[in-house]
Amino acid sequence: MTSQLLDNLNALVTGLFLLTAFGIVAMRQARGCLNLFIVQSLLLAASAALLGLRFQSADLYGVALVNVISKPIIVPWLLRKTSPAEIYTRREVDQALNIPTALLIALGLAILAHFLGALLLNSVAPEFRGSNVPIGIAGLLLGAFTITVRREAVPLLIGLLAMENGAFLCGIAVSRNLPMLVELAIATDGLIIVFIMGVLTRAVQKRIGTTAVGGLAALKETPDATAGGEKAK
Amino acid sequence: MSIFVILLLPLIATALVAIPFKRPAWAAGVTVLSSLAVLVIAVRIVRLVSAGAPITSGLKSGVLKWISVDSLSALILLLIAFIGTTAAIFSFGYMAHGNYKPWKLRLYYANYNLFLFSMLAIPVLAEPTLVWIVVELTTLASALLVSFEDTREALEASWKYVVLSLMGAGVALLGFLLLFAAMQASGSKEAYTWGGLLNAAHSMPPVLLQFAFLLILIGLGAKAGLVPMHTWLPDAHSQAPSPVCALLSGIETSVILYVILRLFPVMQAAPNSHAETWAIVLGLISAGTAAFLLMQVSDYKRMFAFSTIEHMGIILTAVGLGAAASYGAVWQIVSHSLTKSFCFFAAGAVLLSIGTRGISSVRGLMRRSPVAGAALVFGALGITGAPPLAVFLSEFSIFKAGLAQKQYVVTGLLSVFIVIAFFGIMMHVNRMVFGARESESGEAHPDNYSVPGNRFHLPFSCRLALVLAAVPVLVLGFYIPQPLQILLSQAAAVLTAK
Repeated sequence: MTSQLLDNLNALVTGLFLLTAFGIVAMRQARGCLNLFIVQSLLLAASAALLGLRFQSADLYGVALVNVISKPIIVPWLLRKTSPAEIYTRREVDQALNIPTALLIALGLAILAHFLGALLLNSVAPEFRGSNVPIGIAGLLLGAFTITVRREAVPLLIGLLAMENGAFLCGIAVSRNLPMLVELAIATDGLIIVFIMGVLTRAVQKRIGTTAVGGLAALKETPDATAGGEKAK
Repeated sequence: MSIFVILLLPLIATALVAIPFKRPAWAAGVTVLSSLAVLVIAVRIVRLVSAGAPITSGLKSGVLKWISVDSLSALILLLIAFIGTTAAIFSFGYMAHGNYKPWKLRLYYANYNLFLFSMLAIPVLAEPTLVWIVVELTTLASALLVSFEDTREALEASWKYVVLSLMGAGVALLGFLLLFAAMQASGSKEAYTWGGLLNAAHSMPPVLLQFAFLLILIGLGAKAGLVPMHTWLPDAHSQAPSPVCALLSGIETSVILYVILRLFPVMQAAPNSHAETWAIVLGLISAGTAAFLLMQVSDYKRMFAFSTIEHMGIILTAVGLGAAASYGAVWQIVSHSLTKSFCFFAAGAVLLSIGTRGISSVRGLMRRSPVAGAALVFGALGITGAPPLAVFLSEFSIFKAGLAQKQYVVTGLLSVFIVIAFFGIMMHVNRMVFGARESESGEAHPDNYSVPGNRFHLPFSCRLALVLAAVPVLVLGFYIPQPLQILLSQAAAVLTAK
């Protein structure tokens, strides 16, 4: 295949990646968020594979493989094991912002990412230039934005993982020769995040009876409150 | 060789602790012994490093080629080992007092050892992306320690801690990947390590380097508790069990700051970077905000947590003041870690004797438990920089360097914030330790602490940990031993390597 065709395909894939990032901001159902995240991870893997083909880099095939195995398969399995099942069917209605507003802000962030990406791209070698850097930064910002507007535990967690996906989409384009071991370690790290946050979600559900963690706001500076959370021993 | 052992020991301890033995002291005992061994090895590593060149694994394959300890990392390693040991001794008595189920205690010590492992790995590794991974591990290993009490507040604190730290880590990841790209763009053929970065810095594309630096400063700054990314810190550092708070506040924040500080020599080697300006601005904002927030706390553990934010600000400002203040900055890292861990042991002692964390419900502590009262006063004096304790000397050294650099505004603001924090903390502590209990109408009304039977006696291991932690705070205020002084100067030189 010609490198021109590969570049175009990669542009298509990263474009779809950006769409999934917007989708994660807007999707109300936890199950839908998770599905979008799986699609996003597959697109990340596809972009890694295309770049691998373009630059003949075995490391990038490795990244693609690790992503295909860890995120679409192990992450949902771990989530099912650790956190209560009913939260996937729940619709989240009390987002901090309504969906049109959230999408408008998300659009603004994507435009900001475009300019930041353009600024950076001027200083790297020409073969690094492509849509990965601006869209990766956009993915990172949109993930962070998802975390700030969501209150339910699972969409929050997916926002975190989407941030990491964004950083990676940028990373596979600009730092291709990162050692394989590091890639593997980062993927494993993502799985530990899912495990620990799943355990925490379950504990919150058990203790407080809700997974709307955004609503937790007992800890703050209130004058003369009797802080007595830690059990008297 | 010692480097592998120091990393292996906490992992072995984690496995041993998980064995369900009948005796509850098993897990605690194993943890104390393994952390003592870690301390001994850390001292050995420090002696090797201060003799000359950095230690590396000497191997060329896999992770092993990214292991390297120079004087700055050896100093951090020693601090982690020391506080890990005192906190383990304090845990022994403190956790036994809590009537926890045996499996819960095993979980505590397993997490404790994992947390210690992840922190020890940070200074040992020299490859930035691997360091990023172990930074993530510190968050994940300590998340369940923060939520250990399983109360509503503890879960909330742990959730905020994890989400904000991981959000920061996501931002920092992009930073580290861009740093790698910057190094490749410079044409350097060296491995991606702190040393390789330093050598390649002068020919890296400035935009890429600065963008990467800012991402890392913001991302890891969130975990080091820099304002305005600090909101989770007082929650997490007050809700965790006290020995864990000593680790979180005393050493974890400093270790994360160490990772950020590693980038400063790189930035100085690059042409017109503004790293110092960023450090001074963020540092002063952190120190100032925390000093004012200190006054309005209602929980004495939150008070010490805000003091941690203040000290992170002081250290960052000192680094921003440039080469002259770098000795002060390194010295401040040491004195803050030693003193802050002592403060949280003291807070734990108060919690054991009174049973609540509210400042307003602790009065006449001196009569209830003279040991806890004296410890709280000593810790408060130490952390606010009263002479002749360790923090006083380090802050003084920063001021001296600041004035010598003619940075009058920065030094002036810093001293004002330190004085405000001094009064804020002493006001609260004075009332807690010596004050009389007041009734609703505001009259003093006698408590029954003076009755001999109502005295509270701290467990032996807690008293031991308090004494052990107090010795360096006191001694380093008068006298810095020659080997430590050499190590500090060497570490300061690493920070300003050209």
